[in-house]
Amino acid sequence: MDEAVKGRSYSGQIWRQLRKSKITVISMVVIAVIVLAAVFAPLLAPYSYEEQFTSRALEGPGRDFPLGTDRVGRDVLSRLLYGARQSLSMGIIAVFGSTILGVLLGAVAGYYGGFTDGLIMRLLDIFQGVPMFLLTVTLAAVLGPSLRNAIIAIGITMVPGNARMMRASILSVREMEYIEAAKSIDASDARIILKHVIPNSIAPVLVSFTMGLGGAVLSGSGLSFIGLGVQAPIPEWGAMISEGRNLMRQAPQLALYPGICVMITVIAFNMLGDGLRDALDPRLKS
Amino acid sequence: MPALLEARNLKKYFKSGGGLLHAVDDISFTLEDGKTLGVVGESGCGKSTLGRTLLHLLDATDGQIFFEGRDITNPTKEERHAFREKMQIIFQDPFSSLNPRMSVSNAIMEPLILHSKLGKDDIRAETRKLMDTVGIARRFENAYPHELDGGRRQRIGIARALALRPKFIVCDEPVSALDVSIQAQIINLMLDLQEERGLAYMFVTHDLSVVKYISNDIMVMYLGQMVEKAPAEELFRNTLHPYTKALLSAVPVPSLRGKKKRIIMQGELTSPVNPKPGCRFMARCQYASEECERPQNLEETSPGHFVSCHKYKEIDAAKGDAV
Amino acid sequence: MPENILEIKNLVVEYHTDDAVIHAVNGINLTVEKGETIGLVGETGAGKTTIARAILRILPTPPAKLRGGEIFFESRDITGLSEREMRKVRGNKIAMIFQDPMTALNPIKKIGSQISEAIMLHNEISRTEAERRACDMLETVGIPSERYGEYPHQFSGGMKQRVVIAMALACNPELLLADEPTTALDVTIQAQVLEMMQGLKDKLGTSVVLITHDLGVVADICDCVAVVYAGEIVEYGRAEHIFDGAARHPYTIGLFNSLPNLDSSERRLKPIKGLMPDPTNLPKGCKFMQRCPDAADECGARSPDVVEVEPGHQVKCFYAGVNK
Repeated sequence: MDEAVKGRSYSGQIWRQLRKSKITVISMVVIAVIVLAAVFAPLLAPYSYEEQFTSRALEGPGRDFPLGTDRVGRDVLSRLLYGARQSLSMGIIAVFGSTILGVLLGAVAGYYGGFTDGLIMRLLDIFQGVPMFLLTVTLAAVLGPSLRNAIIAIGITMVPGNARMMRASILSVREMEYIEAAKSIDASDARIILKHVIPNSIAPVLVSFTMGLGGAVLSGSGLSFIGLGVQAPIPEWGAMISEGRNLMRQAPQLALYPGICVMITVIAFNMLGDGLRDALDPRLKS
Repeated sequence: MPALLEARNLKKYFKSGGGLLHAVDDISFTLEDGKTLGVVGESGCGKSTLGRTLLHLLDATDGQIFFEGRDITNPTKEERHAFREKMQIIFQDPFSSLNPRMSVSNAIMEPLILHSKLGKDDIRAETRKLMDTVGIARRFENAYPHELDGGRRQRIGIARALALRPKFIVCDEPVSALDVSIQAQIINLMLDLQEERGLAYMFVTHDLSVVKYISNDIMVMYLGQMVEKAPAEELFRNTLHPYTKALLSAVPVPSLRGKKKRIIMQGELTSPVNPKPGCRFMARCQYASEECERPQNLEETSPGHFVSCHKYKEIDAAKGDAV
Repeated sequence: MPENILEIKNLVVEYHTDDAVIHAVNGINLTVEKGETIGLVGETGAGKTTIARAILRILPTPPAKLRGGEIFFESRDITGLSEREMRKVRGNKIAMIFQDPMTALNPIKKIGSQISEAIMLHNEISRTEAERRACDMLETVGIPSERYGEYPHQFSGGMKQRVVIAMALACNPELLLADEPTTALDVTIQAQVLEMMQGLKDKLGTSVVLITHDLGVVADICDCVAVVYAGEIVEYGRAEHIFDGAARHPYTIGLFNSLPNLDSSERRLKPIKGLMPDPTNLPKGCKFMQRCPDAADECGARSPDVVEVEPGHQVKCFYAGVNK
């Protein structure tokens, strides 16, 4: 009865909740596998991604090439593994950047309100007036096709959503009594924002971060598919689908395998996002 | 010797839709060291705004606030930092007044970190002492607010308020969110602390039985104004303002004996936005007449008993006849 | 022999969460006579609301589980009714008022049509007839029928609660479950609503189960009182068996002592020590034992039986029959 209360911190609690859902655990495992595959691609891949075995082009899956070869005789499995690096890094960097920028903008807009808020939000409105993928494509086209520019294009498109969410979240936290309680002991604005506001308003951003990863991987593949992303010969899933598209009849696996990879990655991130949302929102549980 | 706290013609208006919401309108009072001023009224009467204005959590629109004889109406940053140590607040809702991401000890420590010059170990020791003072067992040190019941959470709120050794605490409905049996524990704790530390309280509440129990003086507010103020006993024994009477009679008494006749007021609170001059209670008052449309002043009817009503003498006389 | 409108026998409700089983209601027996108002008093988490929801069969399942017991409404066990049959009972014969009037009203519908639609749902009558009855109902709860076409946001809290009561009473239910109907209101408004409820009860003869934590409200309008603690009824009796020092269960006595006593000269209240036991881990014997000033060894061994200390006054305590 009188043992010390362990003090389950909020993050500890979320972790426990996350582990309870089978789907979430599976999606975490899948993501871990994909990430490891990308990180250790050089060790795992049987061949280099650009080595061409021209005499054995368009082979089906077999002993030498587990997933077959492409039009110029490159090993598909190796290209998929290396491709994961491009696709994932595109997604992760773009979402990371857009989240940081979005959170900052949203936090400033939400906490200070008034004119600052109006200015920031109207600017974001303009951005959001354009369909998202169209904006990404336009930006990527204007900046010129490259991995870096694709990341910038995807990231910028995602900023308004993050900012809006952060702002909404902050607006509700700002009204909580503990903010007033912090003011009553003369805590500085910086302390209030960092210690009280952000930790309590970051939850929805975490969810959108996870969900955004799936979306960004998809956008990145999309850009590469239409030639605005990663450039040959560097493999990327979207670009691989694009290459395989012309050979759909003869060798459907060329488009199918990277397609499956994109799909699994996107679904896994979305599932994890869903699980995270459930874990973060105690009202849905208990 | 000046009073610990004095408010002179304090006003707090908010911009609201079509005009100015008179949340606190021309309130004056003094509070002595170690005493309790109860402030009662219904939701929207401005009682919480009054407490927050005194503490500068809201800026006063007009009027003056004196603390220990010094005018603190427009403090500099340093002055404000200094008087935050002497004037504190306990909040109503123990579920929203604690940061859910801060453990018990971190929450209690926060004011010490911000204000005291103590080292880390001393702060930790002081935090433990505070936990003992408010009766939270050490085993809850690392617990988070969601792991505690309302009573314990409110004890944390009290510990935070006490941490800087204030002389005056605004208690904003500190027990109304708690169950009766827990409410009694917290009230006793607050009374103990008052005696030990010579604290002065401003006890804001809608619960008249609690306020009578712990207050020296009671102020009744209606739509931002003070309609009556008197020593606690006197207010209950010799109620003058018709609103106070209605309020007292409306409190359900947990007894079947001597059921008194309720004064059921007609209507509900009128809007505190751009109020007309004259009595704000008029629309619901059974004694209202034309003269109530004239502005009225507080009148001291006996030492310490103030009332703001044109007709209190008439009403009092009529009551005498009835009996 | 007065007729019983509601009879609850040995009701047990649990909530099953991922981590634990919450024992919310632990074997409750309760009888409500026709036309009577009974107050269910207890603190947060005592299980009052769960009882009301179980009667109406609106417990969220999962996590809630009805583990046992029978609920007879007009001598018919309604725990076994199909959802379809239950819908005929709900709102029509048994109505419920919730604590928060804001959430009970649809913000984008005129209050009048919300009431008339409730009437039409359960009665085969024309729209005009339903509207007429809705207007009558508004007048009954003290709202001028001209306000039929207004929206909820145009009403204050007290007025909204009246609308909710009008809606609940529109189908002339036999039984009204009122869950803290005045807790969110100011005292003067509470007095108005209580006065109105008292009047309606006399006029319509509706039986009422009033759930509250406020003993003052109970003293005002209840004929009978059931004191609920940790999912059990620890004391039951007519109002005069409970108030003014007649209560016999130590918990009820403790509740009264916790209230500020305006006549006492003592500067301290007498709270009940400790907290309500954790409903996931209830003690074996008397659930009040740890907080009880009179607890003995026996109390921890087994749960006390209900003793009738005088006709109609029941107490669940070993020492209730003993005069102290």
